[in-house]
Amino acid sequence: MKAVCWQGKTDVRVETVPDPEILRPHDAIVRITSTAICGSDLHLYDGKVPTMEHGDILGHEFMGEIVDTGKEVRDRKVGDRVVIPFSIGCGSCWYCTNELWSLCDNSNPNAGMIEALYGYSGCGIYGYSHLFGGYAGGQAQLARVPWADVNSLPIPDGLTDEQVLFLSDILPTGWEAAERGEIQQGDTVAVWGCGPVGQFCIQSAILQGAGRVIAIDRFPVRLQLAAQAGADVINYEETKDLVEVLKELTGGRGPDVCIDAVGMEAHGHSLDYYYDRVMTATKMELDRANVLRQVIQACGKGGRVSVIGVYAGFIDKFPFGALFGKGLTIRAGQCNVQKSMSSLLDRVRDGQIDTTSLITHRLTLEDAPRGYDIFKNKEDECVKVVMQVS
Amino acid sequence: MTSISIEQTQGEERERASGRSRTGDGNGGRAGKSGRHINVGDTERWLSIAGGAALALYALKRRSPASLALAAGSATLIGRGATGHCPAYERLGVDTADPTAIRRNVLAAVLPSRKLEAERAYTIMRPRHELYAFWRNLENLPEFMEHLESVTVTGDGRSHWVTRAPIGRPVSWDAEITEDVEDRIIAWRSLPGSAIESSGQVQFGDAPEGRGTVVRARILYQAPGGKTAQEISRFFGESASQQLRDDLRRFKQVMEAGETPTTDGQPHGRRMEVKR
Repeated sequence: MKAVCWQGKTDVRVETVPDPEILRPHDAIVRITSTAICGSDLHLYDGKVPTMEHGDILGHEFMGEIVDTGKEVRDRKVGDRVVIPFSIGCGSCWYCTNELWSLCDNSNPNAGMIEALYGYSGCGIYGYSHLFGGYAGGQAQLARVPWADVNSLPIPDGLTDEQVLFLSDILPTGWEAAERGEIQQGDTVAVWGCGPVGQFCIQSAILQGAGRVIAIDRFPVRLQLAAQAGADVINYEETKDLVEVLKELTGGRGPDVCIDAVGMEAHGHSLDYYYDRVMTATKMELDRANVLRQVIQACGKGGRVSVIGVYAGFIDKFPFGALFGKGLTIRAGQCNVQKSMSSLLDRVRDGQIDTTSLITHRLTLEDAPRGYDIFKNKEDECVKVVMQVS
Repeated sequence: MTSISIEQTQGEERERASGRSRTGDGNGGRAGKSGRHINVGDTERWLSIAGGAALALYALKRRSPASLALAAGSATLIGRGATGHCPAYERLGVDTADPTAIRRNVLAAVLPSRKLEAERAYTIMRPRHELYAFWRNLENLPEFMEHLESVTVTGDGRSHWVTRAPIGRPVSWDAEITEDVEDRIIAWRSLPGSAIESSGQVQFGDAPEGRGTVVRARILYQAPGGKTAQEISRFFGESASQQLRDDLRRFKQVMEAGETPTTDGQPHGRRMEVKR
């Protein structure tokens, strides 16, 4: 089969590799019809995530048709059309049974590695470095899905790939990021980052009762999409002091909920941004945390901070005093896709959530290297790249 | 979640083997005043006294609160020099009074230990009786204990254990169940005269409120002298606690998820770095 392989920093190649096989009784093999490049794939592309190996197959946002099942697969059969959640769960540990799928105890074959880093290991993830299990990803013609009964969502007829593909990651991710903000009716929700996840944060926040959503980015096309979804927008490059602007916009109270949908490769023009650039360039820090610091600084008293952008290591100059002094609640972590994907499928079917307008680039699998390049450099007004696989 | 202890006893074993002992006559009549044996070398004893005295003088001159600590330190040094006995050395198993002991202690630190002991706990979302029953059928153990090729139950509470080949040739021994409390405890031990002395115990206890069962396992391997012992040491190395952790993790995966996760045998692209 053809697969998108990581061959080093900013080097992905479409290679011919062997087809995947059933390796365990609960496995299924999926013939992929659509697959997307995620913003978090760019961290791999930029060489920011350790334990990638040359030849690793990328991709964790994919869907297709089941073409083979292991002998213990009960609820799925060959021919089922399915979307695959990126967080691999076993379905039976305490975390999976408590809807904390991304913290699955059993799905990461390299759990020992991540335990050494973080104390405990979360779930395995497709195509996301050997720290997260080293599973072959879904930017390919075929993929192996472990514990297929719980790691696939059957899709009813009448919905297109483009409508449902994002149930694999970014839609549930945006939804859960907003949910962790425990939005009360009328709350003001500020969203940093209007990439695909940020866009779904905005839509979700409105559906969850936000009185007002303020979206922050620097790319006009992304701000325009945010405005279409119903957000007030701020181009941070045109503001001098974003924290002051947010204070003004909220009548001096500050936002009730702040969502960081940017993560460890943040941009900006604050002093600490340049500090982080130096620290990361000299490998003394892994994450550029200027957005997270700003989020905490900007959040109103008693507010909730939800961190959905990916962070991996240690952060310098973390404003813990502000967090403490304002009594903020901070929540972070990977999305538990399986928790919300079926209810979100209903919302997509009912037309409550728009999934297609953020797709700016429709490519084929062979175009993947160009897809990564334009997505990373935000060329050609790129918001989301989807690849059709044949 | 875990507690680990790996004892290093090689030094002691060698001592025993060579018929020497740490106290009494084995020290060549160099017992210290207090009856504690001398474990500090002559040169080091004089240096201790000189260093302690210098420290004491300095402390007296300073007369600050910190100097009290210095004075205490100086007393220890002087005492150490006068008696030739250092309690810290004793705890560390160091003996600078005996030139051969240095080599022995270095060897003990460098060579893999022969007595390996580890204890680990895992919480598993299955009822106690199910976990107990799976473990109690000792023939299931190789499903999650990586170093075991097979366990054959021979009846009467006894069983025959065979390790996997990687250590050269398989090693085997016979074991017996020494404690068996239904749904609570299983303990076993190798029979006298086995190639490796091994024993283990696993306890099953309820985790709080719907969190399943806490499985706590403890293993001990001890190799008597000879070639087999060296092979076993090399095989287990210092990783007994990691071995036990990985074994228990597999036990949890098999019991909870019905299989262990793997990526062995999946496709990938070219592994070599490609120069542009």
